[in-house]
Amino acid sequence: MNRKLLSIPYLFWSALFIVIPLCMVFYYGLTDKSGAFTMDNIMAIATPEHSKALWEAVKLSIISTIICLILAYPLAMLLSNMNARQDTFIVLIFVLPMWMNFLLRTIAWQSLLEKTGVINGILGFFNLPRLDIINTPGAIVLGMVYNFLPFMILPIYNVLVKIDRNVINAARDLGANSLQTFTKIMLPLSLPGIISGITMVFVPALTTFVISRILGGGKILLIGNIIEEEFTKTGNWNLGSGLSIVLMLFIILNMVITAVTDKDGEVNAL
Amino acid sequence: MNKVYSGLQKIYIALIFIFLYAPIATLIVLSFNASKTRAKWGGFSLKWYIALFQNEEIMQALWNTLAIAFLSALIATVIGTIACISMQSMKKRTRSFIMGVTNIPMLNADIVTGISFMLLFISLGVRFGFGTILLSHITFNIPYVILSVMPRMKQLNPSTYEAALDLGASNLQAFFKVVFPDILPGIFSGFLMAFTMSLDDFIITHFTKGPGIDTLSTELYTEVKKGIKPEMYALSTIIFVTVLILLLLVNYTPKSRRKS
Amino acid sequence: MKNLSAKKMLALALCGAMALTGLTGCGGSGESASDSGNKNQLYVYNWGEYIDPETIDLFEEETGITVIYDEYDTNETMYPKVAAGAYSYDVICPSDYMVQKMIDNDLLQELNWDNIPNAKANIGQQYYDSANEFDPGNKYCVPYCWGTVGILYNKTMVDDPVTSWSILWNEKYTDNILMQDSVRDAFMVALKMNGYSMNTMDTAEIEKAAADLTAQRPMVQAYVIDEVRDKMIAGEAALGVIYSGEAIYTQRENPDLEYVIPEEGSNVWIDGWVIPKNAQNVENAEKFINFMCRPEIALMNFDFITYSTPNDAARELIEDEAIKNSEIAFPDLTQYNNLETFHYLGEEGDEMYNEYWKQVRSQ
Repeated sequence: MNRKLLSIPYLFWSALFIVIPLCMVFYYGLTDKSGAFTMDNIMAIATPEHSKALWEAVKLSIISTIICLILAYPLAMLLSNMNARQDTFIVLIFVLPMWMNFLLRTIAWQSLLEKTGVINGILGFFNLPRLDIINTPGAIVLGMVYNFLPFMILPIYNVLVKIDRNVINAARDLGANSLQTFTKIMLPLSLPGIISGITMVFVPALTTFVISRILGGGKILLIGNIIEEEFTKTGNWNLGSGLSIVLMLFIILNMVITAVTDKDGEVNAL
Repeated sequence: MNKVYSGLQKIYIALIFIFLYAPIATLIVLSFNASKTRAKWGGFSLKWYIALFQNEEIMQALWNTLAIAFLSALIATVIGTIACISMQSMKKRTRSFIMGVTNIPMLNADIVTGISFMLLFISLGVRFGFGTILLSHITFNIPYVILSVMPRMKQLNPSTYEAALDLGASNLQAFFKVVFPDILPGIFSGFLMAFTMSLDDFIITHFTKGPGIDTLSTELYTEVKKGIKPEMYALSTIIFVTVLILLLLVNYTPKSRRKS
Repeated sequence: MKNLSAKKMLALALCGAMALTGLTGCGGSGESASDSGNKNQLYVYNWGEYIDPETIDLFEEETGITVIYDEYDTNETMYPKVAAGAYSYDVICPSDYMVQKMIDNDLLQELNWDNIPNAKANIGQQYYDSANEFDPGNKYCVPYCWGTVGILYNKTMVDDPVTSWSILWNEKYTDNILMQDSVRDAFMVALKMNGYSMNTMDTAEIEKAAADLTAQRPMVQAYVIDEVRDKMIAGEAALGVIYSGEAIYTQRENPDLEYVIPEEGSNVWIDGWVIPKNAQNVENAEKFINFMCRPEIALMNFDFITYSTPNDAARELIEDEAIKNSEIAFPDLTQYNNLETFHYLGEEGDEMYNEYWKQVRSQ
């Protein structure tokens, strides 16, 4: 009995700060300025400028997620084989950048990539051709990959180290070659890690407005930038909320895919 | 063949290492650059470090960041732990429903969480400032606490608690003497995770901050537009080096002590 | 639970790190924003880098009022915060059309000029006359800074004569152009280039301007606000749209830079102090405005931010004759006949411009 009472503060808290705020996003998203019901704010995603921004965000975040996966998987494999089991230090080295401030990391890339930045300074010194990538989608992808790569390394590494070496050895003994061992044993067993890595990279990449602002020079609007501006500049909260609802649909879609593939609940890798 | 392969492995690891650390190295080098523009090397200098400690804005932002991180982690830990205890006695259905709600701020996009807080606070007529940032940080910290306390809770043997009650302990005594020591590691790691999550947050703070209050993240975002002060490079160097040193210390403490 | 231990160690490490840096950090600045119970406060909301911080210190010293100072980067970011009512500032410094918008939406309170005698005594009458356009009867706004908008270019990188806005459409300078990331300023450039009024509500004219801006987009290096200053100084770009106040500062830092008001005309703007309706410390706000209108304080601000001051008494105090009569800081407006001031175009106008601006940038 007593214990039931204990749940009251938390239930109250989550109702007030989780449920009600979300309801408010839905309320604003489904009404117009006078408070009348409308679907316009949701349908606004179909206008060219909004669908372009959404498409751009989806495109860049998928590209970044794929690059992260391609970079992280071999690394996680090497690390898990490296006797790093005893020496977690090496693994920590690869996730340490995550503990620097997120904005600082992005700003550092700006300093590196600018026309008069560090990389061009070095290239110029050796009379090499300049690198003009700042303020392009390429720079944004780079920023996303850099910021979210550790989120991909960690969960994959975590499942890989748990794979019983005997299973792999058994496969070898039974005549499987390296490729077969990889595709039939390693890959299926590490799938939960891959899936949670994908979620952890895709969602923040899809919804970012900071990386595109700092590395995109205001030239590339992602859906996150549109929503942020509706709230902080244009002051059209109804439209901003409507677009947020659309964004949430994508996140829910992602979660459903994750839940289907990840039945064991391994997503707690962070 | 094997040698080539292991050589390639090392090169691969090295390349990713460079990719991850090049920007950080840049920040560190720039922090010692006497010239104010980042394009030119103006000689070695420590002046930005001196300027850093004299810069009230940055120091205030640092202090706000730490205060919010500490308080929000502490309060989230208390609320989260109590929630875990109370959820133990619930039906499985109710529990998984509450867990679902709990996970929303963690799974949802930060930008949506941020604007939802903003809409809430505006409709409540709360004055934006330290308090609104703190409330929102507590909220997004709670799931991390619950996530790390819950597994510990599940490992508990309920009969020890009941045995304590049978032996005449009050509810509170039984909890603090029997349950608490067992879940303490979970509480501790939950607190630390909440603390780090709060430190790193920009987006939610961006939407819930009020006049005249900045955390390091929002201060940096403003500076991006006005031009980054080299003092910030100095600060990031200090943070990085301390994290690294502590990491080394933790890693090389005798294993026996860590196991206990 | 391998991952959990790794996690714990990292978090622990970081915790300690912050504790260390924190120790050094808390020493000097124990007071945080939690002391909001204190009555003697003043919430100021101003543009970024738009005041000499020392003047605030002087004001605090003299009056014992604690100033809580906050900054915004465009009028558009400032407005929703004030309109939402959740942020109660005491003094704000919006531009002309935004003052008008705030008056129209009943967000400002009338000033009590008796409590700010310095404003009437030191600010030139011609500035009040201009302000009359957006603040009829001069009831709400004390001019703080004014200026024009023009092109800042790097003489070493541009070899064509810079006389017209159309140079920002010259393909030769692709990726070397910085545009303003603020809807009215960006449209002003395109509208003026076409010879239209920058306050036009004619859909055809706005569409033409939007088409021009869209065509220009691939040539633009970045849409920026205050960054334009540092980028031009560093030689990141050849041409940039900039406020005249920044021009003097940038020239000081990089003598290769030159400022021009294009011949098609431009924007002449005034930013002024206003007191919002929901201000909680009106008396302190009046003291602040009055203080900022003192000639020597206005001069300090002018020296620091280099934006033209409407404070005639302060201008008299400028020692450097070149600056005092600088064509950039104090242009003779009578020789231009195509300078305009922004008007608030109503909600409808705002929406229309915003819509087109979003389209331009998301092409």
